[in-house]
Amino acid sequence: MKLTLNIWRQESQSTTGAMKNYVIDNVSEDMSFLEMLDVLNEELIEKGEDPVAFDSDCREGICGMCGLVINGQAHGPEVTTTCQLHMRSFKDGDEITIEPWRAEAFPVLKDLCTNRESLDRIIQAGGYISANTGAAPDAHANLVPKDNADRAFMGAECIGCGACVAACPNASGMLFMGAKITHLGELPQGQPERDARVVSMVDQHDAEGFGGCTNLGECSRACPKGIPLNVISQMNRDLLRAKSHGK
Amino acid sequence: MTDTLSGTEADTKFYTQGEPIADAAAPGGPIEDRWPTRKFEAKLVNPANRRKLSVIIVGTGLAGASAAATMGEAGYHVKSFCYQDSPRRAHSIAAQGGINASKNYKGDGDSDFRLFYDTVKGGDYRSRESNVYRLAEVSKSIIDQCVAQGVPFAREYGGLLDNRSFGGVQVSRTFYARGQTGQQLLIGAYQALERQIAAGTVEMHTRHEMLELVMVEGKARGIIVRDMVTGEIETHMADTVVLASGGYGNVFYLSTNAMGCNVTATWRAHRKGAHFANPCYTQIHPTCIPVSGDHQSKLTLMSESLRNDGRIWVPKDEADCGKDPRDIPEPDRDYYLERIYPAFGNLVPRDIASRAAKNVCDEGRGVGPGGLGVYLDFADAIERLGEDSVRSKYGNLFDIYERITGENPYQVPMRIYPAVHYTMGGLWVDYDLQSSIPGLFVIGEANFSDHGANRLGASALMQGLADGYFVLPNTIRNYLADGPFDKIDENDPAVVEARESVENRIKHFLEINGTRTVDSYHKALGKIMWDKCGMERTAEGLTEAIGEIKDLKADFWQNVRVLGTADSLNQSLEKAGRVADLLELGELMCIDALHRNESCGGHFRAESVTEDGEALRDDENFAYVAAWEFGGDDGQPTLHKEDLNYEFIELKQRSYK
Ligand SMILES: Cc1cc2nc3c(=O)[nH]c(=O)nc-3n(C[C@H](O)[C@H](O)[C@H](O)COP(=O)(O)OP(=O)(O)OC[C@H]3O[C@@H](n4cnc5c(N)ncnc54)[C@H](O)[C@@H]3O)c2cc1C
Repeated sequence: MKLTLNIWRQESQSTTGAMKNYVIDNVSEDMSFLEMLDVLNEELIEKGEDPVAFDSDCREGICGMCGLVINGQAHGPEVTTTCQLHMRSFKDGDEITIEPWRAEAFPVLKDLCTNRESLDRIIQAGGYISANTGAAPDAHANLVPKDNADRAFMGAECIGCGACVAACPNASGMLFMGAKITHLGELPQGQPERDARVVSMVDQHDAEGFGGCTNLGECSRACPKGIPLNVISQMNRDLLRAKSHGK
Repeated sequence: MTDTLSGTEADTKFYTQGEPIADAAAPGGPIEDRWPTRKFEAKLVNPANRRKLSVIIVGTGLAGASAAATMGEAGYHVKSFCYQDSPRRAHSIAAQGGINASKNYKGDGDSDFRLFYDTVKGGDYRSRESNVYRLAEVSKSIIDQCVAQGVPFAREYGGLLDNRSFGGVQVSRTFYARGQTGQQLLIGAYQALERQIAAGTVEMHTRHEMLELVMVEGKARGIIVRDMVTGEIETHMADTVVLASGGYGNVFYLSTNAMGCNVTATWRAHRKGAHFANPCYTQIHPTCIPVSGDHQSKLTLMSESLRNDGRIWVPKDEADCGKDPRDIPEPDRDYYLERIYPAFGNLVPRDIASRAAKNVCDEGRGVGPGGLGVYLDFADAIERLGEDSVRSKYGNLFDIYERITGENPYQVPMRIYPAVHYTMGGLWVDYDLQSSIPGLFVIGEANFSDHGANRLGASALMQGLADGYFVLPNTIRNYLADGPFDKIDENDPAVVEARESVENRIKHFLEINGTRTVDSYHKALGKIMWDKCGMERTAEGLTEAIGEIKDLKADFWQNVRVLGTADSLNQSLEKAGRVADLLELGELMCIDALHRNESCGGHFRAESVTEDGEALRDDENFAYVAAWEFGGDDGQPTLHKEDLNYEFIELKQRSYK
């Protein structure tokens, strides 16, 4: 295939960027989207031009490092991570627009790389169970009904890529946060800190500049792990509950 | 020059023989008393003093994150580093299948001793008994710890934890979280780490790459790192340095490792005097998605757990290889693992399954592009258990497969082929996990310690977390108890020298302005390694490879093209540094593989086989750890042997038949 790529180029966080046009030929449908960009970069280097900076690491859809807005969609036209998107989803002659995640809480560092430390700070605010090493009881001391275990797992599947934020017109991080609150809140071990957790995570979320949720559901549709919108309802319920406990 | 070298000729040609070494930190006595003894004898640091002691930890995978969290909880001052934008993205996240522990929750006869025995046998009798026993012993605490953190392991309807079996063993001792065990364990450790960051005990530096170790008066005292966003070169000093930087499988270019996995942290330490042990021990995983073309940037693992329900086969007749597999009737299929290894069948250890796949493909019976693939078929499992049940166990793996190949594995058998997956070699450490440089500790895949010549499935996660949560925090205190050590000024000549060497190297990369991209060198190195230091190794091939790598390295330093500047986010520059180190490592791996004139575990020398073609160990001459000392840029490495003594397990030729 022969494709035209419109790619966001930006020197650094402090400079302004612009879209730039590239034509790439001989793209095979077995390539992943990022392998297609690798090929472009090899060509750019040969020509003496600065290659396009983009993040990726595991390239197995699990580390959450990659993430591009492709033709206006977070992670592109399929429900998966950018690294698992393959060129068989495109056809010869296509024009593809490639941009970084766009959100106030994710400043662009260079080209397609953004800074997502705000997500880590939300976890720091309470996205954990306090269990110092060595103090744990036997793993079978607490039984967990399979339904709760499965729902906890569903929340725990979040890879922290930030697609939910990029897809949301309000750039809200509620799906990310709701997933963690659901993961920990479904487990018996997560109960003691349940109220405090939701209150401080929500405070941190707002302080980072993420927007509010207006129930559009774009986040869940873009989520490569299919995390459902109802984790946000669970978070809201937990928040109310915490408030009613005077937290 | 293609003359075959005998062991001694190779000796004189590529390396120097040095003094033997020993693990001085391991206690003697009954095996089950050794770890309690060491924990008791290791000096304590009183809680008030811990705050004054600083620890640098490079890496936030299972090993690094668990160590940083635990040391932070204990009250030490920890500085943690990773090259990704968040500690949660370390490559441990990609582990799929599970983690072993000798809980014996299934009541099928498991015990610490059995896990110890299986691991030593699986490692083909090339690991240390003391270390492996300790690993088995602490495995149970890991599961307790992870459950307390909220790791959502698979459960049965009654609420109890579920287990499955994994390659190379006959009990069910593997705990798992669907096909995302590594992710769930790492998120647990990451959350514990973030909690300590919030508490102020851990200072986190993401997008920072360690490029040099700082040694002062013979001790590890700090690191030089590059801020990967601004390009600034920073100096970080501490009382001790821990490397948890993962494995070096990317020396093969294509592997199941993440794009950024590299050897720089440990290689820089090696150049400063840390011995590198058994570099040639590489694990080739039997079940990966085959290569689809030249553009391929990495290979994707299909978890070994699939071998519990999937059956591996190729057509009996070469002529059937192009057919739709569903049209090949039962009698015309060769379920070769079940045929050759009836006792273990599809669950033989990885090295054996990989070589068997290579053999049938070499015979011309491989399937798919280039004939480099075998079938992994779920038709029987789907018939027996139903599609839903197969989906609930392996759904995410089947999705990955379909995404990459465009084929639906519920309908058509998967095609798989072996790929580089794990490196058992790494920096040499003693029982305390301290390297040959005082004050430098090495944990997780970055050290060499527990898996001998072949790692069993689900035991790397166990080792990483054992090292980080339970072993290192107990042994490093023996070293720290003598601190805090003298404060080192950033203008100390040793620090300045380290920082300048990093700056000069970066400047040099940018000035070469040659004609070839960094990736093209990396691919060329990978091809040499895969062809000549891969699944089958010969003296002839290895000798050639050493020459080819030397030439490639010389060309790299003359002709590589790195664009851009030093003081910005520059991914070509990052890769150049990593590839430069991988080139040096590749040469040492070939030298190690050449000198080890026996077959053991993942190291298969075509010259050392039994009558029926299985790997043949040579315990008389090679029952030792090969610890290599750096010999300078133009010199030869020096080999130090650490003898392996088996007091509790009898050495046997491995048999899975
Ligand atoms: C696809 C796959 C599946 C696997 N499945 C299993 C399984 O089911 N069971 C099992 O037991 N094992 C499995 N393994 C093996 C296991 O996952 C790894 O061996 C283990 O997770 C390694 O952990 P680690 O903490 O040592 O290193 P890693 O998780 O690789 O972490 C390395 C860390 O070091 C940092 N780092 C590296 N170099 C530098 C530098 N120069 N400067 C700064 N930071 C640096 C990185 O940023 C990262 O944080 C699997 C491996 C792969 C690749």
